[in-house]
Amino acid sequence: MVERSYEKFFRQNRLPHLWCPGCGNGIAMKAIVQAIEKIPELNQDNTVIVSGIGCSSRASGYMDFDTLHTAHGRAIPFATGIKLANPKLNVIVITGDGDCTAIGGNHFIHGCRRNIDLTVVLFNNNIYGMTGGQASPMTPLGKKATTAPYGSIDRPFNACHLAEAAGATYVARSTAYHVQHLVTMITGGIKNHGFSFIEAMVQCPTAYGRKNKMTDPAKMLEWMKDTAQMKNVWDKNPTDEKFPIGVLYQSTAGEIDYSSAYEKVIEMAGGI
Amino acid sequence: MKGKISVKEERCKGCGICSYFCPKQVLRVDELGKIRVIKPEDCIACGQCELRCPDYAIFVDRVAEQKEKSEV
Ligand SMILES: Cc1ncc(C[n+]2csc(CCOP(=O)(O)OP(=O)(O)O)c2C)c(N)n1
Ligand code: SF4
Ligand code: SF4
Repeated sequence: MVERSYEKFFRQNRLPHLWCPGCGNGIAMKAIVQAIEKIPELNQDNTVIVSGIGCSSRASGYMDFDTLHTAHGRAIPFATGIKLANPKLNVIVITGDGDCTAIGGNHFIHGCRRNIDLTVVLFNNNIYGMTGGQASPMTPLGKKATTAPYGSIDRPFNACHLAEAAGATYVARSTAYHVQHLVTMITGGIKNHGFSFIEAMVQCPTAYGRKNKMTDPAKMLEWMKDTAQMKNVWDKNPTDEKFPIGVLYQSTAGEIDYSSAYEKVIEMAGGI
Repeated sequence: MKGKISVKEERCKGCGICSYFCPKQVLRVDELGKIRVIKPEDCIACGQCELRCPDYAIFVDRVAEQKEKSEV
């Protein structure tokens, strides 16, 4: 067997990873390295992976780049710092639905607002996986969690809408079932010169599945296959029964990204 | 086109995603929670198993089909 080319982007001595059997995080992590591989300008020396805290955020530990495993909800501030210090670096943020939209919610919207040239990939498993299944701001209505034993009554965030409204210039969604599509969505995000947000739906058979009678990861993937619709199809008949995947928003207004704006300030200040 | 399946057994966690999406029932998770190739000759090299294995434990390579030796 010929070794797969993406294996060079994994820290081989750290595999197998610690995610549960059937966890979708592994699928999303591979999609990221395959997206990186598709863009020739990106390599291990000019690409930085930054993550927060959570099962999903463990991904940075398996990826053979310069990586930062930061504090809960704070991946975007760390990534912002890297980008300001060295705008030439390609910075990819890996975050969870809790990490990004609960404790890190404010950092998320302000990252979007500033249009910092980051690619943020949110691994959405609809739950706090690492801490045992508390509801997150993206747990769907009626779904159970340890903190919502009768089903969640909190209306969930649509993180893609949130990103667009807050100023992100590229917003896309895909799923762990649609692997190649997910790779394409991430590639598009990396290429966008500004804040890119990609929601990757992933299955958590352990914390989310057990609570919601979906313990078979394959069936969870099948649910994604049956419930996701390409944006152009969904747009013709928008319904809550399905969710759209694809590039949901891409700015054509040519907004300046934060590093370029900051470059001008540096110039005005005399190049320091 | 036929497929040749390779498994990195130490990575497999027996989640059953590959066997579920295999259109030809080539794979089965065994009693010990590892994937087994039970019908290698039926593999059509579609790559569905490799595509979604969350642990990068199963790989399919395409191989040209061997011509049956004719009797005459
Ligand atoms: C400041 C702080 N508060 C709380 C925690 C506990 N904590 C660890 S992970 C986590 C939630 C993770 O959920 P999510 O971001 O959805 O990631 P997942 O584990 O589901 O991938 C929490 C609350 C922490 N590590 N730090
Ligand atoms: S708890 Fe859920 S998210 Fe965490 S590793 Fe297990 S399946 Fe994955
Ligand atoms: S999908 Fe991967 S980890 Fe799961 S049973 Fe198949 S080979 Fe093993």
